[in-house]
Amino acid sequence: MFPTPIQKRPRAMQVTYQGFLPLALILWLLPLLAVMMFSIRPLSDFSNGNYWGLPSSFELFSNYGRVFFESNMPRYLLNSLMITLPTVVGAVALSCMTGFALGIYRFRGNLLIFFMFIAGNFVPFQILMVPVRDLTVDMGLYDTKTGLILFHIAFQTGFCTLFMRNFIRALPYELIEAARVEGVAEWRIFWFVVLPLMKPAIAALAVLIFTFIWNDYFWAIVLTQGPGSQPVTAGITAFNSQFVAQYHLMSAGSIVAALPPVAMFFAMQRHFIAGLTLGAVK
Amino acid sequence: MTTVTATGSWVQRNRMTLTPLLFLLPGVLFFVVYVISPIFQSFGISLYEWDGLGEADYIGLDNYRELMTDRAFEISLWNNVKWLVLYLLAIPAGLFIALFLNQTVRGIRLYKSLFFFPFVLSQVVVGLVFSWFYLPREGLLNAMLALFGLEPVNILGDPQLATYGIIAAGLWPQTAYCMILYLTGLNAVDPEQIEAGRLDGAKGWRMLWHVVLPQLRPATFIAFVVTIIGALRSFDLISIMTNGGPFGSTRVLSFLMFEKALGEYGFRMGYGSAIAVVLFLIMLVFIGYFLWQMWRDERAARH
Repeated sequence: MFPTPIQKRPRAMQVTYQGFLPLALILWLLPLLAVMMFSIRPLSDFSNGNYWGLPSSFELFSNYGRVFFESNMPRYLLNSLMITLPTVVGAVALSCMTGFALGIYRFRGNLLIFFMFIAGNFVPFQILMVPVRDLTVDMGLYDTKTGLILFHIAFQTGFCTLFMRNFIRALPYELIEAARVEGVAEWRIFWFVVLPLMKPAIAALAVLIFTFIWNDYFWAIVLTQGPGSQPVTAGITAFNSQFVAQYHLMSAGSIVAALPPVAMFFAMQRHFIAGLTLGAVK
Repeated sequence: MTTVTATGSWVQRNRMTLTPLLFLLPGVLFFVVYVISPIFQSFGISLYEWDGLGEADYIGLDNYRELMTDRAFEISLWNNVKWLVLYLLAIPAGLFIALFLNQTVRGIRLYKSLFFFPFVLSQVVVGLVFSWFYLPREGLLNAMLALFGLEPVNILGDPQLATYGIIAAGLWPQTAYCMILYLTGLNAVDPEQIEAGRLDGAKGWRMLWHVVLPQLRPATFIAFVVTIIGALRSFDLISIMTNGGPFGSTRVLSFLMFEKALGEYGFRMGYGSAIAVVLFLIMLVFIGYFLWQMWRDERAARH
């Protein structure tokens, strides 16, 4: 193990390390802790210049309550959810299929199609912006959740295909050959042999895509406007102009907006990290 | 009856070609319509003067000629270089934190999660958090500077500093990402090689450089890919933290493109596309290199 396990070091070093850990963490999360502290203060603290002393009153419930009951925040959160969930399902479904085709079969152009997916996944969003916006307008889907979902599914299919194909490549190929010898139809091999083995990959991708799409901002402002269909990342700017300079409410609002992917991460940590670090170990 | 059996057997005979074709069809169709063909369309649009609604006028390379004399383009390009170079700091910083946390003490798993967790926040939230952190009066940064008796700074209001302030905010989640890549990599480092290195008297830096880092190459490669792509894609943080200002000093190509094509300065789709093409070509250099590396690995895996 590298570096040398702390247990093999002198006692003084161990104590220093143990003490340093929480200190380093507080430093690392300092900007976020500051926002959390803002979000429980009353407005009067800000006008009195009491930014970092003890809050003059504890306003957690009233601040977060106002976020939920006096703004469009619940609406934006719901929109985010209604955009994110169908995208996760769509992108995972499409890439299970493409990953299966590219991982199992040998045919001309296999690698070429695979690399098309990888390459597309890296391009700057701006090169797609004008044509994708036009296409969405032409289909009558501008400022709808559907328009945003369709694009997200298409774009995420690139990364998901890379992921799924490599995962399927690592499965024991003998399983498929054995099924073929038994005379099992190809689509049944997909459904009954490969798909059940892909559960961990599906779980990992689902949490990753959930986070990516929930956090998307660029496409939200290009393809939607207004509280009717905008997700929370775009809605937060409208929220902030509603409560301009009221830092206690803006802080509470951005914490609420950030919470769902954070909860998802802590609940599904193992899958999340497995997905993110695929390929980091050979 | 005979035709049915004939087609049946044709399907049967070609099933190894037909199956992958059918499985690929929906995914490829979506991807071509929404990702591949828009790239080429943008190249086309960049040759027109077009407001997005009326007739488009063909003007050849005039948009590109205009770029040459556009001061905003020059500033943006230069800022992209700053992003690219400084963003790479996330890689050594991530490695450093990973080495710091690669221990087995009580609660270390929670520490690792909490160190990683800025990456899960959306860039919008990161941008807001940091712009409040930098606030001249209310911000924690200046409160801390005051403790040390230093003058307050208004990072995002200063054209000389604003871009660096935004990059620092971007480095926060990016470092977390690199850290998790290296933690995973360190987990898989071969303990026998470490032991062999120890017997040979290698310690500290020498061990890291000659024994550990070579084994972390796959993690380093991915860290490079995501960091470079992330640097060139930077948009959200700039839009949230300064909206390009002060005096346009924090624009990058991606932001300038959006501003020209959809911003308050009018809808110049052609000119915006020309900027997007330049950004695309810059990224293509890196994408080409990454793909070439991956292609080599694929070939090696086949033989």
